[in-house]
Amino acid sequence: MELINQHLPILQIVVPLIAAPLCIILRRRQLVWVFAVVVTWACLAMAGGLMLQVLSQGPISYHLGGWEPPWGIEYRVDAVNAFILILVSLIGAVVLLYAPASIEAELPEARASLFYTAYLLCFTGLLGMTITGDAFNVFVFLEVSSLSTYALIAMGTDRRALAASFQYLIMGTIGATFFVIGIGLLYMMTGTLNMADMAIRLQPVLATRTVLAAFAFLTVGLSLKLALFPLHLWLPNAYAYAPSVVTSFIAATATKVSVYVFLRFFYGIFGREYAFDTLHLEYFLVPLGLLGVFVASTVAVFQSNLKRLLAYSSIAQVGYMVVGIGLVSVTGLTATLVHLFNHAVMKGALFLALGCIVMRLGTVELGELRGIGKRMPVTMAAFVFGGLSLIGVPLTVGFISKWYLVSAALERGWWPVAVLVLLGSLLAVAYIWKVVETAYFHEPEGKTADATEAPLTLLLPTWILIGATLYFGATATFTAGLARAGAEALMGGLAP
Amino acid sequence: MSDQPILRVIAKMFIPFLMLFALYVQFHGDFGPGGGFQAGVIFAAALVLYALIFGTEQAKRVAHPQALQLLVAFGVLLYAGTGVAGILMGGNFLDYGALDHHDPVHGQHLGILLVELGVGITVTTVMTSTFFIFSARKKP
Repeated sequence: MELINQHLPILQIVVPLIAAPLCIILRRRQLVWVFAVVVTWACLAMAGGLMLQVLSQGPISYHLGGWEPPWGIEYRVDAVNAFILILVSLIGAVVLLYAPASIEAELPEARASLFYTAYLLCFTGLLGMTITGDAFNVFVFLEVSSLSTYALIAMGTDRRALAASFQYLIMGTIGATFFVIGIGLLYMMTGTLNMADMAIRLQPVLATRTVLAAFAFLTVGLSLKLALFPLHLWLPNAYAYAPSVVTSFIAATATKVSVYVFLRFFYGIFGREYAFDTLHLEYFLVPLGLLGVFVASTVAVFQSNLKRLLAYSSIAQVGYMVVGIGLVSVTGLTATLVHLFNHAVMKGALFLALGCIVMRLGTVELGELRGIGKRMPVTMAAFVFGGLSLIGVPLTVGFISKWYLVSAALERGWWPVAVLVLLGSLLAVAYIWKVVETAYFHEPEGKTADATEAPLTLLLPTWILIGATLYFGATATFTAGLARAGAEALMGGLAP
Repeated sequence: MSDQPILRVIAKMFIPFLMLFALYVQFHGDFGPGGGFQAGVIFAAALVLYALIFGTEQAKRVAHPQALQLLVAFGVLLYAGTGVAGILMGGNFLDYGALDHHDPVHGQHLGILLVELGVGITVTTVMTSTFFIFSARKKP
């Protein structure tokens, strides 16, 4: 037990990493699933353990291969990334419960064990990006998660899944290349890859043009990965044509981890003074974030495919997170971090609900879902609760996020931002209402006429996430408390 | 291309040397340029050359796709397993020095050898599998 506690940071990564190739060897579909479920839940337990250690003893540093930082690779867990680790492993574990029934309906038998391998690799990559304290190591794990995501998206049954995956491959590679160029330039100026060391050594050379170029490359590269408007073009198709399980997992985690890396680089390495007081990144982030909210939400209103509708809604929600980053205050960052968690929970649940519909009807075209609320009441109830949370109705997590965001905007004296955030919610009302109207105010006909409720194996994970949406909406002390601790750590920066 | 005698004879002459060179690059990687990735690519090149000259069906009898898939996984496991062995022997993950308590330098040698072997196996099998997958595609 002592050994496990001491090596917890690396086990968090190595356990799913070793489990992924083992899935290929185990081969049998059921066996692989049980194994993967055990692994992801163990990862959730480890993330919880790390959080407890951080809360009681402060940041943890783990040296790979016994090499001291800044020479060796350091895994560094503090209040911010312990929170993200819990988020990623929670979603990974819950979504996997849902996987067997859904992939049986959507994937050929031969691909099943490879699906779990790719899923666990993606899971490893996302956890790795979060936990590492080494700038280049972030890039390595970014590639691990991206490459496995491309494979997962391409598994979609629709032929357009291949095109969507290829589109994401191109855009994602451009993003990753920009990111690694930025890291290369920083390495050139500082001679180190350890984040904390880099933050210190960057201070004397901040005024150079090389650092400015690195800053620009990192901003664009990461904005692409987190799907900031107008660099979001890869996202709608990727989410729409991937298998439902995959959409749910990546929609809830991938962009969130990129937001975390963005925070780590701009608040941690460059520092608040350089990124915001000198270069005024907020004048770039806040308008683009708000534009993203309005454009993506408006496009969502006109979508007929529900997966695409929610994909555009995700772009809008990323907009809110970016606005929170641009407000440059503890409250603003709390809003971003709490919304990372909240959006992951609600969007995960919404995509799982869509997966239930895909299983029964084979489609999520709005035109074919008339009266579905009467045939699949439990699934659609989940969708409605998730939708209410997207809008930001009190007693759902969406409200908590909006509350912090609006208070942060008012705190800064930017009341137009607060007004625009609230107006953005009205657009969410429009696209959610469209679905509710079709589902509940029409008689079932065509495909929906003889649809039946989804099986319990799908409903249970969906409702676990909906339950979290409502629970953390009613008592936000846990999530908001952790988010505030993280925000305070971020505002302090990495350089002492 | 199995009807081309010159290609067949030259390929048969070259393939053993390609493989031997791959093994040299693999195991001399500790002391000179090289290592698992380069060696894996060279070894895979030998298999791909064989497949090009004698046909993929023949090549699949040498390197069975199922076996390749298992070896892809095995290479990663060998790498990660060496890292975990470091933990079990009382060091940190990937701490090769802990692999041999009497002589840490020997432990470092052993660790890097095993890790690079894992890389070599996975790179060889991934490259060969990728070639088989692309060559198995039906012509449009």
